[in-house]
Amino acid sequence: MNQATEAMVLAKQVRKHFGSLQVLQGVDLEVQRGEVVCLIGASGSGKSTLLRCINHLEQLDGGRIWVDGQVVGYELRGGKLHEKSYAEICRDRTQTGMVFQHFNLFAHMTVLENIMLAPKTVLGEKHATVLPRAMALLERVGLADKAKSYPRQLSGGQQQRVAIARALCMEPKLMLFDEPTSALDPELVGDVLAVMRDLAASGMTMIVVTHEMGFAREVADRVVFMHGGQIVEQGPPEQVLGDPQHERTRAFLSAVR
Amino acid sequence: MRTRSAAPPVPTDVDFPVANKQHPWRWVSGAFILFVLGMLVYSAITNPRFRWDVIGLYFRDTSIAQGIQVTLMLTVVCMLLGIVLGVVLAVMRLSVNPVVRGAAGLYVFFFRGTPVLVQLLLWYNLAALYPDITFGIPGVHLNANEIVTPLMAAILGLGLNEAAYMSEIVRAGILSVDQGQSEAAGALGLNRLQTMVKVVLPQAMRVIIPPTGNETIGMLKQTSLVSVLAVSELLYSTQVIYAKNFQVIPMLIVASLWYIIMTTVFTLGQSWLENRFSRGSTRHVQLSWGERIRKAMRIHAPEATGKRAAA
Repeated sequence: MNQATEAMVLAKQVRKHFGSLQVLQGVDLEVQRGEVVCLIGASGSGKSTLLRCINHLEQLDGGRIWVDGQVVGYELRGGKLHEKSYAEICRDRTQTGMVFQHFNLFAHMTVLENIMLAPKTVLGEKHATVLPRAMALLERVGLADKAKSYPRQLSGGQQQRVAIARALCMEPKLMLFDEPTSALDPELVGDVLAVMRDLAASGMTMIVVTHEMGFAREVADRVVFMHGGQIVEQGPPEQVLGDPQHERTRAFLSAVR
Repeated sequence: MRTRSAAPPVPTDVDFPVANKQHPWRWVSGAFILFVLGMLVYSAITNPRFRWDVIGLYFRDTSIAQGIQVTLMLTVVCMLLGIVLGVVLAVMRLSVNPVVRGAAGLYVFFFRGTPVLVQLLLWYNLAALYPDITFGIPGVHLNANEIVTPLMAAILGLGLNEAAYMSEIVRAGILSVDQGQSEAAGALGLNRLQTMVKVVLPQAMRVIIPPTGNETIGMLKQTSLVSVLAVSELLYSTQVIYAKNFQVIPMLIVASLWYIIMTTVFTLGQSWLENRFSRGSTRHVQLSWGERIRKAMRIHAPEATGKRAAA
C-alpha cells in the first residue's frame, strides 16, 4: 500500500463490465496531489465509469484504486478483496467530492440546506459551525443572495455552482467532476468553469470528465484521452490536444472541434 | 434595401378591438341545472317525510356523538396501521432479495384480491379457525374469542387491507424520486437510512400524500362496513336508533351529514399537507390562501380580454 502514498489517486488494472459490455479494460491512472486531470473521449469510452469507480459509486470487477493511500471500497482479507461495510464506504466517500452532470441538488431543500445537509448529518457538525463555512462557499461561487432559494428557482449554471459548493462543504481532498457543463445552456457554461478554474488555482486535486476542450487546454495539468475502456494517450494539454500522437485521439479531436 | 419592393403595402388602419365571443348555450345549460337544483331543494323543504325535526333532534344525540368518536378512532388507528405496514411492505417489495420481494407481493395479491367485507367477517370468525392462538411458541395460549373482539376484528380487517393499498402508494412515491438524488446523497457520504429519511422520502411525500389523503377519506367511509360486526361506529349507532323509532331516512340523513362534515374537514387537512410537502417542486413563489381565492375569483386579467386595447 505504501506504493500509493505519494499520489492522491492511483488506479491499477481497473476493470469493469456491465453484463457482456467491457467498459473499463485494465485502466492505470495516477493523479498527483494538487494536479488537475481532464478525462476526454467519446461517450461510451468509459471515462464517467472510471470517475464513478473512484468514489465507489460503481463496484470494480478487477484491479484496485487508492485514494490518498487507502484502497477504495475494498479490503484485502485472505488473498481476496472483500467489499467494505457500507459505513466504511460512506466514511471514505466524505473525502471525495463529486459533481454530477445533472446537478442532483436535493429539490425539497433550499440552497443553504443542500450545502449543510451532509456536514450536519454525516460529520455531525453543529448548525452554527457549518453556517459560516456554507455562506463563505456560496460567496465564493457568487450565489450568496440565493441561499434561501430552492434549486428549481435557479438556472442550470447556478444549480451547478451550488452543487460544487455542496461538495466543497465536506472539505474533500479530491474533487470529481462528471461532465459538469454538459447539461447547461452555452451562455451558462462560463460561470461554472470560472468557479472550477478558481478551485484549481487554490490547489485542489481535480479529475474532470469534460467536453470543454478550451477549459482542458487552459486549466488541466494533464489531459487523458480514453477510448474503448482504455487510456490511449495522455500528457500535457498542449501535447495531447495540440499534437496528438494516436490516430484515435486525432479522429476524436477533429470531430469535437 | 429594395429587394422586396413587390410586396403589397401594409394596411395602416389595423387597430380594431376584438369583440367578446358570445356563448348562449352556456347560459341555457346553466339555467337548466339551476332549475333542477331548485326543484330538489324545494322538494327537500316541502316534503314532510324528510322529517327535518327528527334530524334536528338526533343530530347531536349522545349515541351519535359516541358513534362519531368510534368512527374517527377506527379511521386513525386503521390508517396508522396501514401506513406503517405499507411502508414496510413497500421497502420489502423494493428489496434485492427475491423471497422478501415475493412475500410482500403475495400479501398485496391476497389483500387486494378479496373484498374487505369478506376479510372483516373472516377476522371476526377467526376463533372458528384457531381457537387457541399459540404462535407456535410453547407456553403461549391465547383464547381467540377473548382477543379478537369485534373492535379488534374491525381494526385488523381494515388496517391490514389498507396496508396492501398503502404499500403500492409508497412504492410509487419512492420510485418517483430520481435515482440521481440518492446517488448524490451517497456521494456525500450519507448512508442508506439517512438517504431514505432525509432525501428520498421527503420528496416521495409529494407523490404519496394526495392518494394517502384519498385513502384516509375512503377509510372514513369504509369504517361503516364494520356495522356488520356490531361495532358501534356512526352507522351502527344510527341503525340502533332507527330500529327503535323507525325513522330510517331521517337517521340515515343524520349519518350522511356527519360523514360529509368529517370528509370536508379531512379534505381541508389534505390540501394543507399537500401544500406543505410541495416545497421546492415549483418555480413559483407559493400563494397564501387569500391570494389563491383572489386568483380563483378573477376569470381574466383585463389585459387578456382585449378590452383594454379597445379603450
